[in-house]
Amino acid sequence: MAAGSVARAGGPRQRSRAPGAATVRRVLDSEQVTGWSFVTPGVAIIMLFGTVPIIWSAVLSFQRSTLDTPGSRFAGLSNYRQMARDPVVAQAIQHTLVYTALFVPGTMAVGLFLAVAMNRKIRFISLYRTAAYATMAISTISEAIVFTWLFDPSYGVANYSLSLLHLPQQQFLNSPSEALFVIVAMTIWGWTGFAVVVYLAALQGIPRTLLEAAAIDGAGPWRTFRRITLPLLSPASLFLTVWLTINALQLFDEVYLSTQGGPLHATTVLVYYLYDQAFQQFNFGYASAIAYFLFLVIIVITVIQFRVGRRFTYYRS
Amino acid sequence: MTAVSAPARDGARQAGRGIRAGMPVRRRRRWPFSPWHLVLIPATIVLLFPFAWVLITSVETPSEALHFPPVLIPHALRFANYSDALASAPFVRFLVNSAVVALATVLCNLVLCALAGYAFARFRFLGRTALFAVIMATLMVPFQVTMIPQFIITKWLGVHVLAGVGINHLGALILPNAATAFGIFFLRQFFRTLPIEYEESARVDGASRLTALVRIVLPLATPALATLAALTFLDSWNNFLWPLIAVTSTDQMTLPLGLATFQGAHATDWTLLMAGNVMSLVPMLAVFFIAQRYFIQSVAATGLAGT
Repeated sequence: MAAGSVARAGGPRQRSRAPGAATVRRVLDSEQVTGWSFVTPGVAIIMLFGTVPIIWSAVLSFQRSTLDTPGSRFAGLSNYRQMARDPVVAQAIQHTLVYTALFVPGTMAVGLFLAVAMNRKIRFISLYRTAAYATMAISTISEAIVFTWLFDPSYGVANYSLSLLHLPQQQFLNSPSEALFVIVAMTIWGWTGFAVVVYLAALQGIPRTLLEAAAIDGAGPWRTFRRITLPLLSPASLFLTVWLTINALQLFDEVYLSTQGGPLHATTVLVYYLYDQAFQQFNFGYASAIAYFLFLVIIVITVIQFRVGRRFTYYRS
Repeated sequence: MTAVSAPARDGARQAGRGIRAGMPVRRRRRWPFSPWHLVLIPATIVLLFPFAWVLITSVETPSEALHFPPVLIPHALRFANYSDALASAPFVRFLVNSAVVALATVLCNLVLCALAGYAFARFRFLGRTALFAVIMATLMVPFQVTMIPQFIITKWLGVHVLAGVGINHLGALILPNAATAFGIFFLRQFFRTLPIEYEESARVDGASRLTALVRIVLPLATPALATLAALTFLDSWNNFLWPLIAVTSTDQMTLPLGLATFQGAHATDWTLLMAGNVMSLVPMLAVFFIAQRYFIQSVAATGLAGT
């Protein structure tokens, strides 16, 4: 159908071709010229805002560079040395790792549990699923504002629930020992929809015959889940582990909105400190060094996860 | 990826034979309803409560909001919070800005990534492999590494090339994301799965390479284009860090940034904040539910592709 209209569109042009124009057209239509002209706009943007900045910030990390200082001086490894001595960096690394270690398994557990519960045709199931999906439509900023309100120490619903259970009132985001956990809770809520979608899609890819065979062999529901379902979900689990970890190590929005890294640096994670150094203190050089360090951490953790994960991952094909 | 609801339906067919979807069940006491409701109802309440609480607080009086124990059902609906919020921050402007940025970003990505992805998939040209490798290398690098030079470049572009793409302009939020390595890679992979014969016969009929792409290949690639559009839209709509860096004047802010700034100025006006939050939430929720299938399939597709 489309081919017909193409032929019609191409027809008149062919007839009106002048002798020399044939060569021009052949050149313009060659794979070399079309290839480059198709690729250039997209590639130029990625080079300008991706490749060039990657190299540039590597250079910056070896410079003593502040806002609009064209005379940035080469400073060797001094930014990296400063980083090794900076107590806030040490704290930020610790907070980032603690956050990641809680957020990633937490989100996966919630997502797996809900996906298994939702993987059946029962009444209202689409309503239940939609409730989980809805968390994907909320921006991190909206999410952080809601949770700051829910966990407000004076008027929040969280403290009200504790009072109903006759438990002591908490300071939550105002408490250095609790703030990070509130951020873990709000981000798990925010990522629930994503984890449910990924697990639900994987669950629905499991052939029924395998589950039936296990049932015929006398396996109970728990054993079937443990021995059949869970191994078959392992590729999805590996994907979620890696994906959620990469995002967790880059936590910023919720911290910026709810605590600004406080109280007493209790929620200062790497990217928040990086942002603070770059765009509040304008220490571009130092911030670039932190950024490269973050990049290194992400690469190392991702590689480890793939290496270790592969051993526990079962691919059917 | 279209299987999000289909196997559940198969499961229902099986239910009569004693096997429920996902879980084989031997002879068991019959409940009047599935026991899974006992799990799913509380879970749904927990998942939806934050949404409900935003809505409730947004129509309470300030004295109801600042009351302990919290007032779960307001005495009257106070819609003045919404007009007050609109009076102190231009939420409509934020919404328009967000929509303009997201739609422009989606459009640019579809065009530029389709062109580049197609060329990488089908044409042999000098430097193709090297160029592709350079693009792919940016895929792994987190935004935090590139953001400082990106800020400097954007600032320079605004001063020396075109004000509209400089700091404090909406173009600064569109241009750096107008093409992504992910988009090019994703579409290239998809194009390579399409049979080349259709394009070849169009070429024999005299179609140019561009015509073959637009008339033959793109219609076949609609699912991939829809996925890329949905993911790009979500990313752009929720982006916060880059707008925070690139925009400072109120009239160029997108919804997340405008809302965050509004929160900074009204940190304890909870009723006002929640009214603003509702106005920021509802448009995306509406879009999400209208196009739910596409968003869900897109996310599921990335998940399954990663596995």
